[in-house]
Amino acid sequence: MLGLLNARWPQRLAALPWAMVALVAGLGLFGAVVLYAAAGGRLEPWAANHLMRLGAFLLLMLGLSQVPLGWWLRAALPLYALVLAGLVLVELVGAVRGGAQRWLDLGIIGLQPSELMKIALVLALARFYHALPEGYVGRLAGLAPPLVLILIPVGLLLVQPDLGTALTLVAGGLAVMFLAGLPLLYLLVPAAVGAAALPLVFQLLHPYQQKRVLTFLDPSVDPLGAGYHITQSKIAIGSGGLFGRGFLQGTQAPLDYLPERHTDFVFATMAEEWGLAGGLAVLLAYGLLLGWGARVALASEAVFARLLAGGLVVTIFLYVAINMAMVMGMAPVVGIPLPLVSYGGNAMLTVMLAFGILLSLWRERDRAVIG
Amino acid sequence: MSGRGPGRHRFARRMLLLGGLQAAAGVALAGRMAWLSVAENERYATAAERNRVDLRLIPPRRGWIVDAAGEPLAMNRPAYAVELVPSLAGDVRAALQRIAAIVPLDAEEQARLAAEAAKLPSSGALLVASDIGWEAFAALNVRLADMPGLQPVRTYVRSYPGGEAFGHVVGYVGPPTREEWLRTRDPLLLYPGFRVGKEGVERAAENRLRGRPGARRVEVNARGRIVRDLETRPDVPGETLRLTLDRGLQSFAARRIGEESASIVVIDCETGDLKCLLSMPAFDSNLFSNRIPAALWAELQAAETKPLLNKVTQGLYVPGSTFKMVVALAALEAGVAPEETVRCGGRYTVGNNSWHCHARRGHGAVTLARAISRSCNVYFYAMARRIGPEAVAAMARRLGLGETFALPLPVQRRGIVPEPDWKLARFGRPWTVADTLNTAIGQGDVLASPLQLAVMSARLATGRAVVPRLLADQPIPPFAELGIAEEHLMLVRDAMHDVVNGPGGTARRARLPVPGVTLAGKTGTAQVRRISGRFRGGASVPRRFRDHALFVAFAPADAPRYAIAVIVEHGISGGRTAAPLARDVMTWIWDRERAERALARLEAERARRRRAAEEAARRAAAAAGEAPGRPAELPAAGPGPLRT
Repeated sequence: MLGLLNARWPQRLAALPWAMVALVAGLGLFGAVVLYAAAGGRLEPWAANHLMRLGAFLLLMLGLSQVPLGWWLRAALPLYALVLAGLVLVELVGAVRGGAQRWLDLGIIGLQPSELMKIALVLALARFYHALPEGYVGRLAGLAPPLVLILIPVGLLLVQPDLGTALTLVAGGLAVMFLAGLPLLYLLVPAAVGAAALPLVFQLLHPYQQKRVLTFLDPSVDPLGAGYHITQSKIAIGSGGLFGRGFLQGTQAPLDYLPERHTDFVFATMAEEWGLAGGLAVLLAYGLLLGWGARVALASEAVFARLLAGGLVVTIFLYVAINMAMVMGMAPVVGIPLPLVSYGGNAMLTVMLAFGILLSLWRERDRAVIG
Repeated sequence: MSGRGPGRHRFARRMLLLGGLQAAAGVALAGRMAWLSVAENERYATAAERNRVDLRLIPPRRGWIVDAAGEPLAMNRPAYAVELVPSLAGDVRAALQRIAAIVPLDAEEQARLAAEAAKLPSSGALLVASDIGWEAFAALNVRLADMPGLQPVRTYVRSYPGGEAFGHVVGYVGPPTREEWLRTRDPLLLYPGFRVGKEGVERAAENRLRGRPGARRVEVNARGRIVRDLETRPDVPGETLRLTLDRGLQSFAARRIGEESASIVVIDCETGDLKCLLSMPAFDSNLFSNRIPAALWAELQAAETKPLLNKVTQGLYVPGSTFKMVVALAALEAGVAPEETVRCGGRYTVGNNSWHCHARRGHGAVTLARAISRSCNVYFYAMARRIGPEAVAAMARRLGLGETFALPLPVQRRGIVPEPDWKLARFGRPWTVADTLNTAIGQGDVLASPLQLAVMSARLATGRAVVPRLLADQPIPPFAELGIAEEHLMLVRDAMHDVVNGPGGTARRARLPVPGVTLAGKTGTAQVRRISGRFRGGASVPRRFRDHALFVAFAPADAPRYAIAVIVEHGISGGRTAAPLARDVMTWIWDRERAERALARLEAERARRRRAAEEAARRAAAAAGEAPGRPAELPAAGPGPLRT
């Protein structure tokens, strides 16, 4: 291990999958272009910040790529505990200030522990299964700890309330359990029960969440509220056509018809000016990145590495898929940004952390024994 | 735990399954996007354009209305108004309250505006107050930043420099009604503060006065604020309408009428130009052009003198003795010799009934000329019976009675020219001798408007079918001959000359003080209530039962240029009240200064009498308990035996 650390830097850098790094950087740069146009052709207030963050997080990602696999294993549970503490802290601050508080003001960046938890949870679960002997996956001893690991942060998020992130955590966690070999029955039965219990769950939702679901099912019930978001977003995407209106030629976004044009609905802003071509390019870029992530998972020798890579891929996928589905009117409006493209540091940070870890896993994919 | 073995294969299978699901989701997303941006592209592109582009109307400036000399009768005065866009204002009531701090708005008005705001389309603007004055406009502009949705705007307000004298003929403008909007669906009618003609020429010539709106295509942001102009098509202002009226003459006539309820029509015999078309009392169109004050409206509607009615075209009167020229011409045409005499013994008897002449002892042997100048009833009774009612009715129609004219005035009443067929159709009863006799002296069922009487007088004066016109740009068709023998007309005109200028004429007060210009005319009295016996419509009965006074005339008598009809409601005697009015108005045409001097004296006299009456009323009030005396402003007309 020391030997690897001491290996010569040019070789280590050359060994990185630069195409993937370039894809990540390219998506981030494209995001800056879209944000520049969304501000009416100005760097302020979004594009310049976005570029600075992108640069900083790219360096962070490259730095993480050099972290040895063993460090991740050892740091997994402490990191989980740290982020969980952050979540509790947010809850306390929120309780003091009143209302839903999702971030910790660190001065430079409003850090959202819930975003970081997406990665921390995958780390912790992978760490758990790494140590779990074969054959215990389906037993109570192998079943209860992962569920606890998932349910603690989910519970905290439901209290916030942040249903969108909570569901992403559940989905990401279940994906890791599924990859770890959980008997299918254990997944299908609760899924069926959950589906049957949907009406009950609906009753437990906050009124604003119920409204979002109803509005998703029929945007015309609330044409000026959440339905307005969906309608205007579809107008922006639909009016773009094959190749879009052209750079800086958009109208929906600069004239404020499109709400949240720089954050959650940035994809619609992009689609208006770049059309279907731009949308497919973004989809393709994410597809390539996720496909490469899957290759990391499949190529990794160590269980920890496989589960970690697989879990991160699912986490990133959920970000992208939920955001796009929402923007195109296929899912209710939930506050999930499009990572790398949307303005806002937390989603970018989370995804770059994930790619940093994936890069480091790729570097040590052949290592079977960690320790 | 090893990386090898069954766990590894299971992981690979499951990883591939998850990857497949993700790929499927990716394909679904791509498909969805292609659907939106290709298949539904047109629909959404249209929606985006509808979002972005707003069509704003530029209301056209309304055309002016001017008199024959170009003096304005209706014009547009620049003014300031304040509008509110409820969708930007949020709480409309609070916004109105804040505006009310600067522009006075009472609670009732605010409630009305709030109700109106609720009915407005989403980005519509509400006219809160118009003509607010420059100070309020400036004050509102200063507060623009903290009053969202507020729009102080520059507008035009219709202004009528002619005032009350032109209230009826020019009319006024007002906000369009719901019915008007439903009829045309013209979006211009929804423009805040837009006004359409409601009365008079303003209403009748609406299409020419309105003009065509311009349009502004503007790019607006989501909050309705204009980002930039895309395209502008300027408005086409409405036409300037030149009327044939003489503003000076009509204003003079209105002042001359004073407090009376009267109509005066002056018509140019050669062109048919209406120089004066006046019905008094009237209303000030300036007060009506914003919003009609409810109290004023109620007061005008209740007034006995009917200030809201244009009596010139909508008031119908029994023409009385002014109808005698019709009977005379009909008789001449039927072959009656002008020198033939009828003995007037003060009454005319048919069977057991007798009809009276106003001269108790009778006029003796009366020729046609004498019958007109003395207004002898018995002569016309005899002639009407001889020639029959159909001949009388036909002559009446040729002279313009029962006729309406192509004038830009919303309502003209036709009146009645009675004859046997009409009576049978209207009442289902046959014509009787009594009908013939009543019609012969212009009483009974005969009804004519002041306009028709003026036209009659112009036709008598010229022998041509003079058609009145009010729009100066209308062509003047050559008037057709009436087909009445010139010597018959000369006989009647000479008789009318004697009415005014001859000894014993009934309208000697109407002699013109202008050298070289003589007036020819005929007085008339219209019974308001049918009362048997005589002299029941004089000063001794309540005002509303007193007879109307009529006078028709033309001048100069030898070469007629202007014809006039004057009706003073409850004026009792055509010779005493109507004829002097006609004299003064005609005097103004030829000698303006003399007429103005005479009016100045009259107005001073009126003011003196009013002061005296007020003084008397004060004294009466001071002597508490005493009953108030007889009003001092009652006309001092004696109960003279004048049924002329």
